[in-house]
Amino acid sequence: MENLSLYNKNSYCCGTKKSDYPGYRIPSGCAVFGVINESGKLFNGRMILEAISMMHDRSNGLGGGFAAYGIYPDYADDWAFHIFYDDNLSRIQTEEILNSNFKIVYREEIPTKRTAAIYNPPLIYRYFLRLKDIQDLYDRNMPSGNFSHDDFIVNFVMRINYESNGAFIISSGKNMGIFKGVGFPEEIGEYFKIDQYKGYLWTSHGRFPTNSVGWWGGAHPFGLIGWSVVHNGEISSYGRNLRFVASLGYTCSLSTDTEVITYLFDLLVRKKNIDIELINMILAAPMWDRIEQIEDQEEKKLLKTLRIVYGGALINGPFSIIVGNKSYMYALNDRIKLRPMVAARKDDLLFVSSEECAIRKVCSSPDKVWHPDGGEPVIGIVKVMEKETEKGKVRKTEKETAEGMVKPMGKGRQD
Amino acid sequence: MPLKLDLSEFEVLRDTQKCIECEVCVRQCSNDVHEFDTDDSRVYSDSIKCVGCHRCESLCPTGAIKIKKKDPEFKENYNWSITHLKNIYKQSDAGGVILTGMGSDRPNTVYWDKILLNASQVTNPSIDPLREPMEIKTFIGRKPDMLEIEKGDTGYRIKSQMTPQLELSTPVLFSAMSYGSISLNACRSLAAAAAEYGIFYNTGEGGLHRDLRKYADCTIVQVASGRFGVSRDYLENAAAIEIKIGQGAKPGIGGHLPGEKVTGDISSTRMIPEGTDAISPAPHHDIYSIEDLAQLIYALKEATDYSKPVGVKVSAVHNIAPIASGIVRAGADFVAIDGFRGGTGAAPQVIRDNVGIPIELALASVDTRLREEGIRHKASIIVAGSIRSSSDAVKAIALGADAVYIATAALVAMGCHLCQKCYTGKCNWGIATQDPYLTKRLNPEIGTRRLLNLLRAWSLEIKEILGGAGINAVESLRGNREQLRGFGLSERELSILGIKHAGEAW
Repeated sequence: MENLSLYNKNSYCCGTKKSDYPGYRIPSGCAVFGVINESGKLFNGRMILEAISMMHDRSNGLGGGFAAYGIYPDYADDWAFHIFYDDNLSRIQTEEILNSNFKIVYREEIPTKRTAAIYNPPLIYRYFLRLKDIQDLYDRNMPSGNFSHDDFIVNFVMRINYESNGAFIISSGKNMGIFKGVGFPEEIGEYFKIDQYKGYLWTSHGRFPTNSVGWWGGAHPFGLIGWSVVHNGEISSYGRNLRFVASLGYTCSLSTDTEVITYLFDLLVRKKNIDIELINMILAAPMWDRIEQIEDQEEKKLLKTLRIVYGGALINGPFSIIVGNKSYMYALNDRIKLRPMVAARKDDLLFVSSEECAIRKVCSSPDKVWHPDGGEPVIGIVKVMEKETEKGKVRKTEKETAEGMVKPMGKGRQD
Repeated sequence: MPLKLDLSEFEVLRDTQKCIECEVCVRQCSNDVHEFDTDDSRVYSDSIKCVGCHRCESLCPTGAIKIKKKDPEFKENYNWSITHLKNIYKQSDAGGVILTGMGSDRPNTVYWDKILLNASQVTNPSIDPLREPMEIKTFIGRKPDMLEIEKGDTGYRIKSQMTPQLELSTPVLFSAMSYGSISLNACRSLAAAAAEYGIFYNTGEGGLHRDLRKYADCTIVQVASGRFGVSRDYLENAAAIEIKIGQGAKPGIGGHLPGEKVTGDISSTRMIPEGTDAISPAPHHDIYSIEDLAQLIYALKEATDYSKPVGVKVSAVHNIAPIASGIVRAGADFVAIDGFRGGTGAAPQVIRDNVGIPIELALASVDTRLREEGIRHKASIIVAGSIRSSSDAVKAIALGADAVYIATAALVAMGCHLCQKCYTGKCNWGIATQDPYLTKRLNPEIGTRRLLNLLRAWSLEIKEILGGAGINAVESLRGNREQLRGFGLSERELSILGIKHAGEAW
């Protein structure tokens, strides 16, 4: 720690390593941006880099990041882990744990570009992993019979992130990856060379935390299995949401809003089997007054029941979030719209952004621009997935979902 | 015995210049403190009988009366307090258990007063309750593990059968006070106010008077160890059923209604002989263990066709967290926990002041335990035991309660001055008495109005606090301990409460 004051350009007395993380919650204001090609066509990360850099003033250099889907077509069926290490010791220890649970198909240090803007980054590795003996894992981990690979990965990631000292798994999905760190988003994008990746769904984040903690893992997006979440806001229901997910088995190791929101999505969509189209009725539930006015009794009963049963998942206070998943991009504002969010469409592309300027920068004449109401979700669904092989051949693969519909990620589904 | 002279707690001061000898005080005092001397044509007062209810002082048309606390004449002694001395004099006089009324008045720590609330500044906005919707609607009842939702042609539809829920317009209910311990007019006021405001009142263990049946939709009926007034009709005329195991003021012992209060109507409502003490057994004689409780819960559910929530009320004792967990696993739809400072109509003073634990600590550990076990959603938690203000209610909800029960606060709204003499049946305010001369002093319409005002005032205050914290729905406050900070508390107390100390950020 002798060069403590050197590596943090804002001269705050905090490190960038996991071991320096103070363990308390950091409110932040932010810029968010997301774009999806609903036909599943891959496009270069340069677009999002340009867009997010338009909102430079919404962040303060203490965090930026990107999530990209469709970037690892050659390893599309393997778990892609991005891991921050404080040092080689923690890497070696963690790799041992990885080895005992997975077959490591491929491993490398994530290529980065040394720039003046980025100080003292952690070691950043990526792995493509295949689960080892499933039956054995089943017996050891989930005797209750509700075992799924996703559950195993969720538990594994939480265990490493919570218990291990120097390792932090920042993304753990398939054919997707999260790149993030301390710096302005455009600096982070340049550092990770994200213009060299191609994906069909990108989200990005520029951070303005209200204190000095500059730990790399605390930047957004936050990821867990296929989920990635970027978030602008400070939720006043944090303590409530935390206890809600904690009582259902999620350990919040980071004390960030984004982390708890990610767990809410995983819990509601994957575990509780709630259709993504209904999620806003829980996270940004309509007011009781509105529910009372609904004439359709079935709908009224549905909304009322969702509020009664999942009141603990209501997110209160200002937020605008963009959630990425392999099948869709989901954007949502709090129910009284205390944070900005604008959406736009151009052909196959759907954009959401904190500010319209960012969209205009990369798409000067969108077909439609609108400001979604509080609690009104914007959902972009990948209808057809495109696969790009190493040799540059492009072929259409599986029809991911039925026309315009999301396939629910059901209980017991084995990915 | 001359010792008695020293036992008077209050002194009645009468300004003879102002006194017009109208005898209002004479007629108002059921304790016979004031007496009109026909020879002198003057009113005299006997301070030794005064209980300090301030009825005469409040009603004296010329303001001639002042009730003052009497300074003890004993030599000061911290160890041998005046209370101890008085108790010993009384007991050596009569050889009995000292009865008392209302919650403990001992100067123990009130944790509500050591907890501070949060408000939004800059990083997130506060919400103006006068201009934005602020939701405090609350549901009491078991929530399912999983909701089955079906997508049809016309939209989504709930497939799961929902368990019955009580819908409250504000997270406050009137706690159990039996007809018998309080007057029918007081019961009427509570029931009518609950009905009008959209909350619930609780019959206590006194049965359900026929006049109160019209309020069935906002009635929680109690099944206690004495089973007073429990019948099919009783269970059917209710929105929910509460099995009373314990009461905060007297954990481990049963209810006690002195025979003085068991008048005709009460005897028929309770189904007991007139003039006899109604003493509930300490335990339920069909509940000697948790599995017996489960049987009673399901017997009541069967009897009412699973149409209404069945809850269990217990007093906060040392082992409350596992007890509550057992109650939830036994099938209760809500658990009511009554704290150490909870009120009563009659309880042995030694029990009231020495048994049980404060509700704040009990609530914090129960909520945490149920969450750790992943069963918090299976039952609602209602807390009782001295919720004195809207801020107490907000703090309770932030610690993890779904709603709060109020009883003493409701009585105070109807005129109670906390003289702690409920067990004598001589309540000058017409609340804790069955004497028709006294009960008519409480006009149920006025009682209802005052209770409605109280509910409205607290609801407005709850909304103000929520809005200030940047929260617009009470469900986001529930268990949101980040909104709380303790001050002047030890590490241990903070860790049991699950809150940080003031000055600690997120």
